[in-house]
Formats: sequence, structure tokens, C-alpha cells
Amino acid sequence: MKSVFVYCEVENQEVAEISQELLSAGKRLAQKLGCPLDAMLFGKDLNGIESQISPYGVDKLFLADDKRLEPYRTLPHAALAYKILKEEDPQIVLFGATSIGRDLAPRLASKLNCGLTADTTILDIGDHFVKQEKKEYKDLLYAIRPAFGGSIMANIINWDMHPQMATVREGVMKKEIFKEDYKSEIISIDPNEVLKDEDFVVEVIARQIEESSVNLKEAPIIVAGGYGVGSKENFDLLRNLANILGGEVGGSRAAVDAGFIDHNRQIGQTGTTVRPKLYIAAGISGAIQHTAGMQDASMIISINNDPEAPINAIADYVITGDLGVVLPKMIKYYKENAK
Amino acid sequence: MRPLKIVVLAKQVPDTRNVGPDAMKPDGTVNRGKLSTVFNPDDLHALELALNIKDRIPGTKVTILTMGPQKAADIIREGYYRGVDDGIMISDRRFGGADTLATSYTIVQGIKKIADYDLIVGGRQAIDGDTAQVGPQCADKLNIPQVTYVEEILDIQEDKIIARRRLENGIETVSAPYPCLMTVHGSSPECRSRHAKNVMKYKYARSKTEMRKGDPILEELHKKRPYLVIPEWSVEDIEADETKIGLAGSPTKVKSVSSIVLTASESKILTDSDSDIEGMIKELIKHHTIG
Repeated sequence: MKSVFVYCEVENQEVAEISQELLSAGKRLAQKLGCPLDAMLFGKDLNGIESQISPYGVDKLFLADDKRLEPYRTLPHAALAYKILKEEDPQIVLFGATSIGRDLAPRLASKLNCGLTADTTILDIGDHFVKQEKKEYKDLLYAIRPAFGGSIMANIINWDMHPQMATVREGVMKKEIFKEDYKSEIISIDPNEVLKDEDFVVEVIARQIEESSVNLKEAPIIVAGGYGVGSKENFDLLRNLANILGGEVGGSRAAVDAGFIDHNRQIGQTGTTVRPKLYIAAGISGAIQHTAGMQDASMIISINNDPEAPINAIADYVITGDLGVVLPKMIKYYKENAK
Repeated sequence: MRPLKIVVLAKQVPDTRNVGPDAMKPDGTVNRGKLSTVFNPDDLHALELALNIKDRIPGTKVTILTMGPQKAADIIREGYYRGVDDGIMISDRRFGGADTLATSYTIVQGIKKIADYDLIVGGRQAIDGDTAQVGPQCADKLNIPQVTYVEEILDIQEDKIIARRRLENGIETVSAPYPCLMTVHGSSPECRSRHAKNVMKYKYARSKTEMRKGDPILEELHKKRPYLVIPEWSVEDIEADETKIGLAGSPTKVKSVSSIVLTASESKILTDSDSDIEGMIKELIKHHTIG
């Protein structure tokens, strides 16, 4: 049956942020297609987990609850997902472009012998005329992604080998509750009926997951620095401004590579995608790599010595000058004028 | 510990740092002729991981396998220079235009011809697509476990190998039985440099296609030293099904490509003067952007 399917990640009874974003994006696609949105989730102690999923407008939720399914391991998750997708035969399947999604989706694509687009940032539905066949294919998934180091955007389609699958970057799809009291049909899968001993040959011996103390995605204000900040110490200037404005500090890839700031604060295509209310870019030239991850900010201030810095083109305010002068002045006048 | 047999998957990739839309052909595939090429960075990390195991377990055999056009013989030579024992190219015009599914099918046909392996390693992803798909797809087609994003091999035991994985939010230590496939993360050690002795030994290594130009001195040398002949496997050599390779075997197609144009908004241009900055801060407060 025609449907849109989302693979949801879960850890310690919490559905991952990316999965909630995918459910929202999946619902929008399903509405365009006039078809159901279905989801699958495998983990342990999943009692009541549907309360985190149904409100996104999920019609059928496939659950496999078993302590061996958490933390994630490739083979058992692939075997379960394969069985479900084979039987349900959806049109579109979405995964997060995360450590898990990028590990699982290609293995499944190989099993299902279908196409998979990586790191999609835009999803849409559209048609495509295939010249060789003289045939118009309707309602295909347009999976649009940056390619070639971010210098171009490519629209990837797949009309002949279904389902159409994509991994989607974290933070680019807007999270949107469909209906608080939406009811999903829950389908419980008995892992013992699907999984064999050889699905568990890879063992997780130890895990060390960093509690993400940084929440760039939720920050309303971000003060980000680039290579132009010059040193780790100079980042204190940015930190001071961020603190007083109630924001977070971020960095470009160049600043991270130079060791000025931690990699978990990297903004851009290989870091976090953000859409804050205010984005202050200090000493950032604005490579596509970076702007792709912040261009949806409501307001952008660029502080740069170079009046020709590419980022200035998307900035609302361009301040040409030294950030060592500008940032302290911003703090000063904020203190004087804020109530 | 017994010596292992390792296959390193490596790819020659266009240098993607400075390219425009002219790097793509009208059918949306890469116009490789327009671009300079490099050894895919993550694959160099994979090569180091394999050579490091060879250092730890003498007698370990490392074979480098690449798929690509004639020029990809550079990858094999580079492998020899850094210390691999063997190199094989999968090269045939009919493989061209392959997406990750068709590529993994082709590579797996090559691995099946090699037949005897304990460990397959490749880079996490290639810079020309950043998809990170071919490794897991190969593992599936070989029906062996995969361990992605490997940063370090912690222990090599008789029946299993223990590795640390780098995840986006932490690390994980896993054990996997042989044979298995690992993809190697860029945070693992950099590849050792070329060894002068190996460069001397292998600088005349050539594929059959490269030899077609006809160089009597090289031909004579290759007769005397057969290890300089880089094997080049065609569709027939790896018994590939032609419907599963190249463009025909690739479900994903590029519909269109567009350059990213930064949307020009109306910028207010300010200096670092007190009045300019105070004015801006007041506007931001007035519009409730801050404050």
C-alpha cells in the first residue's frame, strides 16, 4: 500500500529529536500524496512510547520491544525493518542522517534493492518524465541534497526501484505536532519470530555517550565565530556577548579545525543546522559549508574586517570592523538600553 | 594470533573543494575529466588501519581494491608505495555512472573473486558524494556484519576483533567476528607516508590499459617482474550481471542540479563607530529580537 514510513530512533524511552522532525516531514509528504504515515521503532521498555509519536499524525506504529534491541545494533534492526518494509511495501522511507540512520539505511537499501539518497535537506513530491520510456512518473519523492562539498544542490529521484529512501539531516525539517490526540494503530512485533542468533554476533562492550550540554538547535540567539576570531582566548569575547544575550556560542568548521572551539558547537553542513531568531557571525567569511547550516536564521549580523566577505550577502546588518572593538561595544550598548 | 587477510576498499575521487555545475554532465553524473583527482581521504585512514594490523600481526596480507577508470591505477600504486601486498582494479566502461547500489554490487563481485578474506575495510565515506553507503551495502551483499565509523582497533583475537567506534555523540566499543567489514572514521590515525623503497619497487606498476600505449622498455620490465602488472578486472572477469551495474543498475538518478546562490537581502552597512552600534542594538531591542 502507498504510504510514507519513518524509522524512529529511541534511547532510554525517549524518541530522538531527529525522528520527531522526520515524522513531521513525513506527515507533510503523506498529506501531499493523500496517503497514511507509518512508523517503526525498536528498543526496550517501550510501554507508552506511542504518546511521543502519535501526535505527529502516525497511522500505524510498528513496535519491537526487547532488551537486545537497545542500544542500536545494525543486524537486528535491519532484519526487523526489512521484514516490515517487505510486507508493508511503502512508497517512501525516511531515516535520520545520524550515526544510526547512516549505518542502517544503506544496509536496508541493499536488502531491498532500492535507491537511497544521503543527507537530504529538502523533501518534496513531484513528477518526472523519463525520455527513454516516454512515460511520465507521478508523485515521486524529490530528495534534494547538497553535493560536491556543498557547492551545488542535487535533486535525486528514483522511479523504478521502490521504495524511495532517504536519510535526512538533523535540524533541517520543522517539528510540527499534527494533532495532540491522534490515535495510531499499534502493531507489536515479536522479535523472537524475526531474529536469529546470528543477528546478535556483534556485541556492544562499552558505550560512552556525551550528554549534549550544548543545545544549539534550540538557542534563540547564537554568537558564532570563524577562523577570523584568531584564537581560543578571543572566543571569550563571543562568550560574553552570548551570555548577556541569553544565547549560545557556535563556530564554523574552520574555527573548530583550528581548535578555537569544541566540535560539538560546529555549525554548518558537517555540524548542526540552526535557525535562531538572531545569528551573529563574527570573523566568519561564509563558505557554503557554513551558510547552509544557518541561512534560515531570522536575522543575521555579520562582523568582519573584510567588507567583501560572502556572508555579508545574506546578512541584515553588516558591520565592517574589528570584532575586538565591535563585540564589547555591543555588550556596552545592550546593557545601557535593555530594560 | 594467525595472520589476517585484509581487503582495503579505496576510491579515487574528484577534488571537490572547488567545483561548479560544469563538473556535472547533462545526465547528472560527474564529469570526472574536468576535475583533478585525489585518494579519498577516509580511504587513506582505512589503509592505515589495515597496515597497522599488518605491523601488529606479521604475515598479514593487505590487498587494495579499487573501482574506477584507467586513471584509478594511481590508487593501486599509492597503496604499494605505502605498503600493501597486492592491488586489483575493477575497471570497465560499462561500470560507469553507477550509484552506490550498483557500485556495491560491482565491488562485491570483485571481493567474491578474491574469495579469501577475514576483514574488509574502507573509508567511512567518499568526498565526491559523502553518502557513506557503499560499505554497509557491501557488507549486506556479502552477508557479513558491519562495524561503521571505526576509530581504533583495540584488540585482535583469534575469533573476533574489537574496535572503538566514533558516533556523533560519543564512542562505542564493539566486538565482531570474522569475516566482517569496517568503515573507518576520519578521526582515526593519518596514513603513513610513502616508503622510498616501495616507491622504487613499484613506480613502474601499470595496468594493462596503461600499457596499451606501447613502451618496449616497460613491457620488457613487466615480463621480468610480473608483480608490476596491475590486474584489471572487467565485467566478465567478475561475472557481473549487466543489469545490475552502471547506470542501468542504479536506482537513484539526478533529476537536476543547481548552484547555490546566496539570497541577497538588503543589508544595512555599518561601521564600528559607537553611534552605528548603539543604533543597531536599539533597533534589535525595539523589534524584540533581543532584550
